[in-house]
Amino acid sequence: MQQSLLQGFISHLQRDFRVVARHKLDLLNPLVFFTLAVSLIPLGLGPDKKALALLAPGIVWIMALLASLLSLEALFRSDYEDGSLEQILISPQPLYFVVLAKLLVHWCATGLPLTLMSPLLGMLMSLPEEGYLPLMSSLLLGTLSMTLIGGIGAALTLSARRSGLLLSLIVVPLYIPLLIFGASAVQTAIDFSQYQMQLAVLGAMAALGSLAAPFAIMGALKISQE
Amino acid sequence: MNWQWFHRLGSPRWFYEKTTGWVPWIMLVTFSLLVVGMVWGLAFAPVDYRQGNSYRIIFLHMPVAVLSMAGYYAMAIAGAVGLIWRMKMAFIVMVSTAPVGAVLTFLALVTGSIWGKPTWGTWWIWDARLTSVLVLFFLYMGVIALQQAYQNRDAADKACAILSLVGMVNIPIIYKSVDWWSTLHQPATIKMVGQSTIDPSMKYPLLIMIAGLYAFFTLAVILYTRIEVLRRESRSQWVSDLLTQSTPKRG
Repeated sequence: MQQSLLQGFISHLQRDFRVVARHKLDLLNPLVFFTLAVSLIPLGLGPDKKALALLAPGIVWIMALLASLLSLEALFRSDYEDGSLEQILISPQPLYFVVLAKLLVHWCATGLPLTLMSPLLGMLMSLPEEGYLPLMSSLLLGTLSMTLIGGIGAALTLSARRSGLLLSLIVVPLYIPLLIFGASAVQTAIDFSQYQMQLAVLGAMAALGSLAAPFAIMGALKISQE
Repeated sequence: MNWQWFHRLGSPRWFYEKTTGWVPWIMLVTFSLLVVGMVWGLAFAPVDYRQGNSYRIIFLHMPVAVLSMAGYYAMAIAGAVGLIWRMKMAFIVMVSTAPVGAVLTFLALVTGSIWGKPTWGTWWIWDARLTSVLVLFFLYMGVIALQQAYQNRDAADKACAILSLVGMVNIPIIYKSVDWWSTLHQPATIKMVGQSTIDPSMKYPLLIMIAGLYAFFTLAVILYTRIEVLRRESRSQWVSDLLTQSTPKRG
């Protein structure tokens, strides 16, 4: 029994990774947006390095948040539209693991690249040197929670009208704790070279989210078929 | 144990007919509490030695703020009851609570910033409480927007119930993080009048106002729920009977 559970999980992972690999441009779009949005800041505020460095932790975090927000819409959309979501829902596989596989693939396709890109954008914003490692580690944990929380919003708005704006409206308030702890991890690392506490909180949120969020997503996916 | 009352609660018709008798009484209680609390608080409570008369807005601000939070929990619990027992009535209550709660939250923000102007010298500061009430307002707006966005009403009800439950889990996290953020960024320069440090002569009118606002909240939710019941049951026999009965009386 356990063997087949694992097999189902892995085959869902494989399928979703294959879908991602065949739409390479979708993978790129959030990253391009991330870079574009960050590069607007110096254009708007002037290229003064000191001013940019002051804003860098917050700006990079906010832009990562927005980029992740933009990628959420696609999380269940194509499965919903071509009917594979319906097949998944009526299949004997436990939905929990299917949802978990989908979220994991989504994180690998958006959260992880965003994290890997972040030092480059930190450089564009002339982030102080002590900030790079905290930026990456806080984004690594933070984007995981973003996918988990955002998944709830994406599933809830699947069958709603004009879902794009609605999705942001629902999800952004729930992102606030992530932004607070993420940006402050980078800031305190620069100021006091300490950020373990914030990372621990971000880790706790990701752990709690990965336990609880799939249940909310499961309920929301079932609603979308009504 | 007799569960009949619980099943009756699930019937919109039963709710509508029962509350018809309740509404005048709740109205009476609400208005007497609010009038007594307002007059006592605004006219007879002593003047604050530091803030002068401007502190008197607390008699409106604090009860409204208390209710804005309690309203969200009421909405989420109603949603949970609807999801668990598949109770039509619970969803109707949840849907009706959302606008009431959102308006109360908005009022809390408005009265708070009116109070902030003479006390802090500014309409808005990024204080932890102010920020978390603002976030609460956004959470309400999310639920209302989601409700409006669905064409299928049953799906909308369930989706809103899930969203308000997710919000309920998140509220303590948001509050704690905003609290922590605010104390980190700006050391506590301004302290609001704490509930424990308040003088009894101000406390009693405040408690009456809180009770009055609870009664008002109940009243508003019941009235909204009655309208929603009529809207949803508009095709059923008892609603058209009700209408045909009441029209000759008015005419």
